[in-house]
Amino acid sequence: MTGPQEVDTAQIRARYPDVFERPAAARLATPAMIVAALGIFVYGLIDLDFSPSRLFSGLSQLGWISMMMIPPDPGSSLPIYLKAMGETLSIALLGTTLAALLALPVSLFAARNVVPSIILRFPVRRFLDSIRGVDTLIWALVWINVVGLGPFAGVLAIAVSDFGAFGKLFSEAIEGADQKQVEGIRSSGGSALHEIRFGLLPQVLPVIAGQVLYFIESNTRSATIIGIVGAGGIGLQLAEQIRVLEWQKVSFLILMILVAVAAIDFISGKLRFAIIGRRAVA
Amino acid sequence: MTVAVSILPEQQLAALNAAYNKAVLRKRLRLLLGAAIFAAALLLAAIGAEVNLRTLFTYFGNFLSYFDRILTLDSGQRVWTDVGEWLWGWRKWLKMLGETLLISYVGTLIGAIFAFALNFFAAENTSPRPWLRFVVRRLLEFARTVPGIVFALIFVIAFGLGPMAGVLAIAIHSTGALGKLFSEIVENADMKPVEGIRSTGASWLSCIRFAILPQVTAGYASYALLRFEVNVREASVMGFVGAGGIGQELVVAIRKFYYSDVSAILLLIIVTVFMIDISTGWLRGRLFGKEART
Repeated sequence: MTGPQEVDTAQIRARYPDVFERPAAARLATPAMIVAALGIFVYGLIDLDFSPSRLFSGLSQLGWISMMMIPPDPGSSLPIYLKAMGETLSIALLGTTLAALLALPVSLFAARNVVPSIILRFPVRRFLDSIRGVDTLIWALVWINVVGLGPFAGVLAIAVSDFGAFGKLFSEAIEGADQKQVEGIRSSGGSALHEIRFGLLPQVLPVIAGQVLYFIESNTRSATIIGIVGAGGIGLQLAEQIRVLEWQKVSFLILMILVAVAAIDFISGKLRFAIIGRRAVA
Repeated sequence: MTVAVSILPEQQLAALNAAYNKAVLRKRLRLLLGAAIFAAALLLAAIGAEVNLRTLFTYFGNFLSYFDRILTLDSGQRVWTDVGEWLWGWRKWLKMLGETLLISYVGTLIGAIFAFALNFFAAENTSPRPWLRFVVRRLLEFARTVPGIVFALIFVIAFGLGPMAGVLAIAIHSTGALGKLFSEIVENADMKPVEGIRSTGASWLSCIRFAILPQVTAGYASYALLRFEVNVREASVMGFVGAGGIGQELVVAIRKFYYSDVSAILLLIIVTVFMIDISTGWLRGRLFGKEART
C-alpha cells in the first residue's frame, strides 16, 4: 500500500493545456451570453412598463379576483354553458377532420418520395409554412369577416390553420415510409395511384390517425379560445363573463374547460394506443 | 427459370380460404363500425356547430375575394406595385413587432425561471415529498391547460391594459409547459452521480446542484428556445384582448376593414415568425448538436 501519490501539477498542466488554460473566448462565452440575456430581459422589463407598484397593485387585485371566484357557480346558465361546451367540442372535431381530409392530398405533393421535382415541392411547402405562421385566432377573425359570427367561422379557422400543420406532418410521415413496398407495387405493373394506395397509405395511415387524434385533443384547447374573438364555443361565454366581472361564473367555466380537456385527453390517449400500440406489437 | 409452386389440394385450400375470408370480414366489419361511429359523431358535431353548407357555398367566394381585397391598395392597384404605400406604417408596425418579441422573450424567461424552480419538486426522482410532488404537478397542469389568452383576459383587468398582462399570461403558460418538460428531463437523468454525491453526506440542494444540473442544463435551454418560438406566435395575438403587441394593430385593421394594412401586418408577422424559427433552429443546432434540431 502506498499513500496518495505526489502529483506533479506542473507536468499535468503542460500535458493538457486545453483543460487548464482555456482560451479567453471559451471561458467568457457562457458568462457573456448570460449577461446579454439578462440585459435584454431588464431592457424588456423597462420597455414594457413593469413597475413594482403596478405589479403589487395588480397582484392584490388578482388576489381579490381569486377570492371572488370561490365557490365556482354557474348561476342559472348551466344549460347554456353545456351547449357552448358541446359547440366547442364540435368545432374541434369538425375542424380537425376537415383539415385532415384537405391536407392528405396536398401532403403528397410536399413529400420528397412522391414528388421528386423540387420545383413543384418547394412552393407547396412554403405555402404550408405561411399558413402555419398565422395563428388560429387570426384565421378566426378572417373567417368571421367571410361567413359571419358563430361557430362555423371557428370550424373553418381551425380547419385552415391545421391544414398547414397537417400538410407538414403528413408529408414527413410519407417521407419516412418504407420505399420497398412502393417498389414492389411498381414491379408488378401498378400505376402511380396504385403505388400510393397500396404501397404508401397502409404504412402511413396509422401514423396519420395518431396525429389527427392528437390534434383533436390540442384543438379542444384552441377551440375554447377562438370564441374570444366571436367564433363560437365556450370562449365566447368566458370572455363575456370576464368582461362583466362575474367571477364565480368565470371560475366555473374554467373548471369546465379543464374537465373537458382532461376527458378528451383520456379518450384520445386510449384510442391512440389502440391504433398505434397494436401496430407496434404486430 | 421455372419455379415450382406447390398447389394445395382443393379441400385444404377451401378451408384456408374460408378462414382468410372470415378474418378479413371481421376486420372490415370493425372498420365499418368505427367509420359509422365517426360519421355519426361528425354529423352530431355539424349540427352542434351550426354548419351551414349553403352559407359556405354562398360566401366562399368572399373568402377568396377577401384575399383579393387585402392585396389591393385604396387606389385600386396591387399592393406590390407600390411597396412604400403598402407598408406605410412600417415604423409603427416594426416597433409593435419588437414589443411582441420582447413580450415573448421576457415571458419565456420568467416562465423558464419559475419552471426551473418548480420542476425538481415535480420530478419523480428528486421530489423530497410525495405530497409536494402531487401539489406542484397539479399546479403546473393547471397553468398549462388554461389557455394563455384566458390568463391575459383576466390579467388585463387586474394589471390594466398593456403588455404587462401579456407578459404575465405568457409567463404562466410557459411555466406550466416548461415545468412538465423540465421535470421529464430530470426523470431521465442518470441517478448514479446523485448517489455518489449523497454518499459524501451532501444535502438535497448539493445533490441537485452537482449531480443533476450538469446533466440537464442543455436540455433545459433547448426546450426554452423551442418555447420562445411558440410564444412569439402566441404573443402576436395577445393584442386581441388588449395585452400588447402587434395583435392590437391587426385586430383594428381587420375589424375596420383597412384591407391593405391587414396584408401588410400579416406579411410582417409571417416573416418575423419565419426568422425566429430559423434562427432558434440554427442556435439549437449550434448549441446542442444536430440531434437537438427537431
